[in-house]
Amino acid sequence: MSQDQKLGPSPEQILYANILNKGMLLGLGILLITFALYVLGIVSPYVPLDKLSNYWSMGVNDYLHELDIPTGWAWLGMLGYSDFLNFIGIAFLAGVSIVCYIAIIPTLLRNDDKIFAVIAILEVIVLTAAASGIFGSGGH
Amino acid sequence: MKQKSKLMAGLLGLAVLTLCAGTALASGGGAEATAAAAGMPQDGSPWWYWPVILLVATFIMGIIAVLGGVGGGVLFVPIISGFFPFHLDFVRGAGLLVALAGALAAGPGLLRSGLASLRLAIPVALIASSCAIVGAMVGLALPTNVVQISLGVTILGICVLMLTAKKSTFPDVPESDKLGSILKIYGVYREESTGETINWRVHRTPLGLLLFVVIGVMAGMFGLGAGWANVPVLNLLMGAPLKISVATSKFLLSITDTSAAWIYMNQGAVIPMMVVPSLVGIMLGSFVGVRILKVVKPTFIRWMVIGILAFAGLKALSKGLGF
Repeated sequence: MSQDQKLGPSPEQILYANILNKGMLLGLGILLITFALYVLGIVSPYVPLDKLSNYWSMGVNDYLHELDIPTGWAWLGMLGYSDFLNFIGIAFLAGVSIVCYIAIIPTLLRNDDKIFAVIAILEVIVLTAAASGIFGSGGH
Repeated sequence: MKQKSKLMAGLLGLAVLTLCAGTALASGGGAEATAAAAGMPQDGSPWWYWPVILLVATFIMGIIAVLGGVGGGVLFVPIISGFFPFHLDFVRGAGLLVALAGALAAGPGLLRSGLASLRLAIPVALIASSCAIVGAMVGLALPTNVVQISLGVTILGICVLMLTAKKSTFPDVPESDKLGSILKIYGVYREESTGETINWRVHRTPLGLLLFVVIGVMAGMFGLGAGWANVPVLNLLMGAPLKISVATSKFLLSITDTSAAWIYMNQGAVIPMMVVPSLVGIMLGSFVGVRILKVVKPTFIRWMVIGILAFAGLKALSKGLGF
């Protein structure tokens, strides 16, 4: 084992933590604001609140079919409805790790840490692929 | 750090008030109330009933999870799917987002303190997050009863693991293995309780990484945070110190659950009316849990968690088998 290890986190770890912190707070903030718009009825939802409980016990396929809700990123086209507005905060929380990884790649390359830079790039590809919706919409 | 906690507690408190205000708006007013009543679900309860119960239940879960040393996700999925009217598909989607939010909230602090190791997490996360995608897709494609039975068996397995697994504060790792050396998975941290500086390294890295294939698939399939499996593998198998293992495991969930959460979201298995109250409840409960941690007996809480999980596991099993 290397003997020149320093106590405390590495610069890329601090960078990752700082971006994660800001992204998490921002995502959570957006989610809570959009949820307030939804619950307080300031913006109308696509599925009326008093009807929603008729559908949440259905499997996802039946739920989507009954309510004619599209899958994937189609929610972006439905942001006029308060229930779909909530997806902005959720997507933010689910996307912040991708930004963290992208941010540390230059530091890893500068430190000649090629293996970890490659792993980080692969992770960005995996998370972006998951986010993109290329794995399709399925169901039972 | 304190400011951040206050800010988060404030935000979450505001969310609770919002839900309560929405509830009051919905239940107040004659004509509106009658109209709402006309759209009541089959069980006769108003729309806000289950979200409010969910908020209360997840608040209690948040407290118990902290006191019992488990992640919120592992309690959330079996309990909510067993005792609430929500379909398992949406419960798993919400469970992943609950575990993800908890990991995102804890991650920055754990990374800055040096307890969570990015060096240890990055290779493990690549495997776990890739396999979580597969797990999520398989979980959403399988018949519900099959997933429910598998969930029940898994939860009962977790109970056994909690009863039998030992922990090693500072595992003895005489030498790094070849892969661990190549990846430079080692580090140093200060053990605050003793003031010692601890140098750590890992061994059995290939086998550890292989096990994260299974952990990733299970996390994605059942929507469980996988801390219950991460910690034993990092600590007992790979030999990372317990504190490093626990902190890295918590941070790891922010990546593993991200990939699976996207699959659930893209396939439409996310209902904000379930996600937000759950997330707020668990996080507020965690804040309270941390504060009362000092005054409760951890052994009692641990037994209680095992008991609750066993009950929820049996319930999932019986639901899946159609009893």
